[in-house]
Amino acid sequence: MSTTNPPLPEFDIDPRAFRHLADAQVGVELDTGDMILNLGPQHPATHGTLRLVVRLDGERVISADPVIGYMHRGYEKLAEFRTYPQITTLINRIDWLSSFANEVPFIDAAEQLMNVHAPPRAQYIRTILTELSRIATFVLFLGEMGLQVGALTPAFYGFRDREHILNLIESATGGRFHPNFNRIGGIKDDLPWGWVSETRTAMKTIFDACDVFEDLVAGNEIFEARTRSIGIIPPELGAAYGVSGSNLRASGVDWDLRRDGRPYLVYPDLDFKVWTHPDGDSFARYWVRLQETRESARMVLQMLDQMPAGPIMAKVPRIIKVPEGEAWVETENPLGQMGYYVISKGATGPFRVKIRSASFSNVSILPWLLRGVFVPDVITILASLYFILGDIDR
Amino acid sequence: MSDVSSTDTPEAAVEADPIEEVAPDPHALDAAHVELVERFEAALGEAVLDRADVFGMPVVRVRRIDWRAAAEIAKGSLECDFLSFVAGIDWMPAPKEGGDDAASDTSSPVQPTETTYGAAGSDGRFQVFARVQSTTRHWGLTVKADVDDESLLVQSWVPVYPGADWHERECWEMYGFVFDGHPALRHLYLPSEFEGHPLRKDYPLLSRVVKPWPGLVDVEPMPGEGDDADAADAATVESEQA
Repeated sequence: MSTTNPPLPEFDIDPRAFRHLADAQVGVELDTGDMILNLGPQHPATHGTLRLVVRLDGERVISADPVIGYMHRGYEKLAEFRTYPQITTLINRIDWLSSFANEVPFIDAAEQLMNVHAPPRAQYIRTILTELSRIATFVLFLGEMGLQVGALTPAFYGFRDREHILNLIESATGGRFHPNFNRIGGIKDDLPWGWVSETRTAMKTIFDACDVFEDLVAGNEIFEARTRSIGIIPPELGAAYGVSGSNLRASGVDWDLRRDGRPYLVYPDLDFKVWTHPDGDSFARYWVRLQETRESARMVLQMLDQMPAGPIMAKVPRIIKVPEGEAWVETENPLGQMGYYVISKGATGPFRVKIRSASFSNVSILPWLLRGVFVPDVITILASLYFILGDIDR
Repeated sequence: MSDVSSTDTPEAAVEADPIEEVAPDPHALDAAHVELVERFEAALGEAVLDRADVFGMPVVRVRRIDWRAAAEIAKGSLECDFLSFVAGIDWMPAPKEGGDDAASDTSSPVQPTETTYGAAGSDGRFQVFARVQSTTRHWGLTVKADVDDESLLVQSWVPVYPGADWHERECWEMYGFVFDGHPALRHLYLPSEFEGHPLRKDYPLLSRVVKPWPGLVDVEPMPGEGDDADAADAATVESEQA
């Protein structure tokens, strides 16, 4: 068989025809219709099952519609069928990275209604564990944010350094993620032997980790290029959307419920700085959380120095019946403002619990925030808002 | 519950402000909140139906037709720029499902069977309530309004607070309230073909319908209380409680 090329066609081809053909192809490509891109529900940047229906014009987002509810567990309904001590188990699973901090406002609301005051030592231990869960949440964020812009190493550092904190939480409460450690009137157990000195050591590790993240991620040129002036939330709009916590402070709003809200836990005794950043972009959100991690570690060291001795449980009746009334308690949780509106009718369980979770409102600004950004920036914006799906879906 | 506080005058609140050993009224407002409530009530006038102070937090019930006006005043002249939440309440006591079988359902707490209304009262079964706060003045306000049982119509807050969008969608699917002026009342959490309004009190907890509570068959008696008559009650309390 011949191995030569097949013979050329017999007829002449006008080269201009090819040019027209090429033009037509380019024209087809330029005249692209809008494309619908389903981001999620299994996308790694969404930490779970958030689905974003993104309408694209080329690389630019025209509109984004978050579809939530893939993990809705109906906690507000379920809470009406549970007793107060049982509900802490449920609300541990709302924001599973900082479960301990979730329990605090609910327990606080029930204690208010019962007129029970937890002893000072219990309040200190609660505050230390709340700040530890804040550090655990943020250290993971500091690493994971690097992952979202393509840097793999910080994620490992984040998981590695969070382990120190989770070990501390586990040794004090028995649970790494779901401590279920708060009781109405105090906490379940005192701190184990040697815990205080271990915590001091771990806080040094956290300071070192923050320095590493500052050099490795925040000081990185590529990271800055990917996050500076991306996803800017104006302060007024953010507040009107209910964006809270570090996300709002990164927009320059100097508002922290630990300092400005109704006094709770032992925050009035502590000396700490509320960090803000004027820019409101993804970088500012990273920077504010980085500073807040250090601040939390400082607060933990302060509390370890100041912690009083004494009982860890107030006197509470064996069967907990909460008198009729309403109470709203809001706290500054790692992800933002978390609140419980508890309505009691004097039974062993609440009549109605409205759970205000931070991520729900933080994410509700996404349709506005994602309009007009490029597809790769969608990922960094999602990562920098830092939401937990359980906190959105409840 | 309502009107338990004695802070109708600002002087009373100022006196109660410093923490003293004379057991201050836990519901008393601080000076900033007294000012907030005064300005809010002055701006709304007769639209304010009732007010109660709950643990230092004012709860104001406004007329149904002034629901959006309340938001406009809170945001426009009271610097409440932050929307915390919008939600609903169903004050009807939950009917007992399943008659006699329900008596053995020790898993859920027994609520009183008569209808009572919470802080600031209510005219009917349904209420909508919302909380707004100020990021600069650090004060906050809970606003309530009654919802008509028939029309279930509520004015939407979306034109004032854009963040009310998702909260109202949730409220619509959970209670069936129709928010007038909302851009698109679509399902938020539940699948789009879902029927019913799960957070209403007459909507049963479906897991108990699918598989009834087995009762106390698999609950061991607590140590030392094996034969007590109130073993059922004891089972609902955490064993760790001292």
